[in-house]
Amino acid sequence: MNASGGAAVALRGATLRFGEHVIWENLDLDVAAGECLVILGPNGAGKTTLLKVLLGQLKLSAGTITIDGRPPGRGSAADGYVAQQRIFDPALPIRGRDLVQFGVDGHRPGLPRTRARQVDPAIEAVGAQGYADVPIGLLSGGQQQRLRIAQALAGSPRLLLCDEPLTSLDPSAQAEIVAVIDRHRREHGSTVVYVTHEITPVAGVVDQVLYVAAGRWAAGPADTVLTTRTLSALYGTHIDVIRVHGHIVIVGGDGTGPGSCHPRDDRASRGRHARRAPQGQEH
Amino acid sequence: MGIGFLLQQPFAQHALLAAALVAVSCGLISPFVVTRGMAFAVHGTAELAFTGAAAGLLVANNPVVGALIGAVVVAVLISAFGGQQSERDSAIGVILAFGMGIGVLLLSFYQGFATAATNILFGNIFGVSGSQLVILLVICLIVMIVMGVCYRPLLFASVDPDAAEARGVPVGRLGLLFMIVLALSVTGAAQVVGTLLVLSLAITPAAAAQRLSASPLTVAGLSILFAVAAADGGLLASFQSNVKASVFITSISFAIYVAARLAGPLLRDRRRRQQHQSQPAGHGTAQPRPAPEPSGRPATAGEP
Repeated sequence: MNASGGAAVALRGATLRFGEHVIWENLDLDVAAGECLVILGPNGAGKTTLLKVLLGQLKLSAGTITIDGRPPGRGSAADGYVAQQRIFDPALPIRGRDLVQFGVDGHRPGLPRTRARQVDPAIEAVGAQGYADVPIGLLSGGQQQRLRIAQALAGSPRLLLCDEPLTSLDPSAQAEIVAVIDRHRREHGSTVVYVTHEITPVAGVVDQVLYVAAGRWAAGPADTVLTTRTLSALYGTHIDVIRVHGHIVIVGGDGTGPGSCHPRDDRASRGRHARRAPQGQEH
Repeated sequence: MGIGFLLQQPFAQHALLAAALVAVSCGLISPFVVTRGMAFAVHGTAELAFTGAAAGLLVANNPVVGALIGAVVVAVLISAFGGQQSERDSAIGVILAFGMGIGVLLLSFYQGFATAATNILFGNIFGVSGSQLVILLVICLIVMIVMGVCYRPLLFASVDPDAAEARGVPVGRLGLLFMIVLALSVTGAAQVVGTLLVLSLAITPAAAAQRLSASPLTVAGLSILFAVAAADGGLLASFQSNVKASVFITSISFAIYVAARLAGPLLRDRRRRQQHQSQPAGHGTAQPRPAPEPSGRPATAGEP
C-alpha cells in the first residue's frame, strides 16, 4: 500500500433530479484531501446516489462535481468502494483472499492470480488472517464485511467510499473497523466518505457531516449540523438532538413516539434503532 | 468389434475429438454458468439452436451456420430483455417459447428433408463431419481466447457486481460477451451431443468442482477435467457395449457430481482442521460459521 495522498472533493450547485423528483439541489460542499466526511439522512434521501455521482456512475442534473479538480472518472483506480452489504452465496467458489485480490487487479484482463503483495497486509489490517482461505459464503456477515473493506484498502485508494460499511457488525467490531479505516486514512492521507445511518460509531473520526433530508441539506462540523435547530429546519418539523454518554440520538419532536423522526425512513431501520434507543432514532 | 479396431475408424476418431472440443468449451464456461445462475440460459439457447437451424436451412440450406447466427441473436435478445439478473429467467422463457414456435413455422415452409434441423436438437455424435469438427475447433478457440482475456474481470463482476462496477469493470458488456460465448458453445455442443447432453456438460462439471475447491483456478481446471472425462469416457464406454454414448456421458457426469457432494464436506473438514493446527491462536471472532451442509455429511468425518 503506497502512500499516495488523498483526493479533494468539491461540489458546486450540485443538483440531482429523476424526472420531476428532486433528490437534492444546489449542494455546495468541499472536502479537503485526507478529510473524513459522513453523509447522514433517512432512507431515500439520496445518500447512495451521491456516492454514485462521486464514482462517476451517475451524472448531475445541474452543477459541477470535481475530484482533484477533474470530473469523476468512471472506475477510477484511485477510488476504493465498499458496497452496501449483500450476503454471498454459500456455494460461491471464492475465498476471502480472492475477494481481496480483486481490489488489486480485478478490473484487469487475464486469469485470476492467487498472490499479490498488497493482499496479505490488507487482510491483516482488518484482522481477517484467520479465515482468509475459507469460502467467502461460509463466513459470518461481519467477517464478509471485513474482507470487503480489505478489498477496498488493497487498491490503495486516494478516495475511499463506504456505503453503510458497519451494518451487521456488533459495536466492538464497528469500532475496530472504523479504527482500521481511520488508521489507513492517517497513514496514507486518503479521503474517506461514509454513508451511514448511525453517527455514533464514526463520531470520533468525522471532520464534516453532510445531512440530506427531504431534498434539503446541511453541511459542516458534526457539532453545528447535528443540532435541534439545523435538523428541525431541514425536516420542517421539530427534531430533538440529544447527546447521551457519547451517543447522538435524533428524535422526532411531534411526540408521536419512536420512528416519527424520519418521515421517509423505512421500517427496517426504525426497527433496528428502536431496539437500542426506544425513544427514537439514534445517530 | 474390438476397441482397437474402432479407434482406427474415422467416425470414432471424429467423435472422440468432437466430444473433447465440446467438453473443453463447456467446462470453461461451466463455472460462470453456476456462479451467475445461468442454467436456464444454457437450456434455452440449446433448444433455440433448433430455430436457428430451421432458419438457416430455409434461407441458405445450411442449418449449422443458421444455428450459430441464431445463437448470437438469442444471446443479444436475452441480454436486452433480461438486463436485471432477476428478470433474466423470465426473459429466456418468453424468448424460448416464441422462438420454438417460429422454428416450427419456418420448418413448415421448408420443402426438403428436414431431419437436418431436428438433428440439431438430438445431435449425432457418430456422424460428425470434417467441417463440423472445424466449426467446433473454432468455437473452442474463441471460448478459450475470450475466457483467457476476461476470466478475472468476469469473475469479479459475477461475484461482486457493485464493487466491480465501481472499479470500472464493464459489468454489463462483459455479461453480454459471456452470454454470446455461452450461446456459441452450447449451440456447437448441441449439434454434436444433443440438447439434453449439453446440460450435463455445461452445468454438472462446475457444480461438482465447486464442492471440492473454493479456488477459482482449481474450480476451472476440475470443471474442464470432469467434462472431458464424462464426454470421452462415455464414448469409450459405449464403444465397449451396445448402450448409447449419451447414457454413459450423463451417468459419468452425474456420478462425478454425487462423488463430489460426498467428498466435499470431508475435504472441507480436513482443511479446516489443518488450518486450525497451523494457526492455534485464531483472531477473536475469527471462527468461520460451520458449513450449512444440508445432507451427505457423514457422521464420522475420519482423517485418513
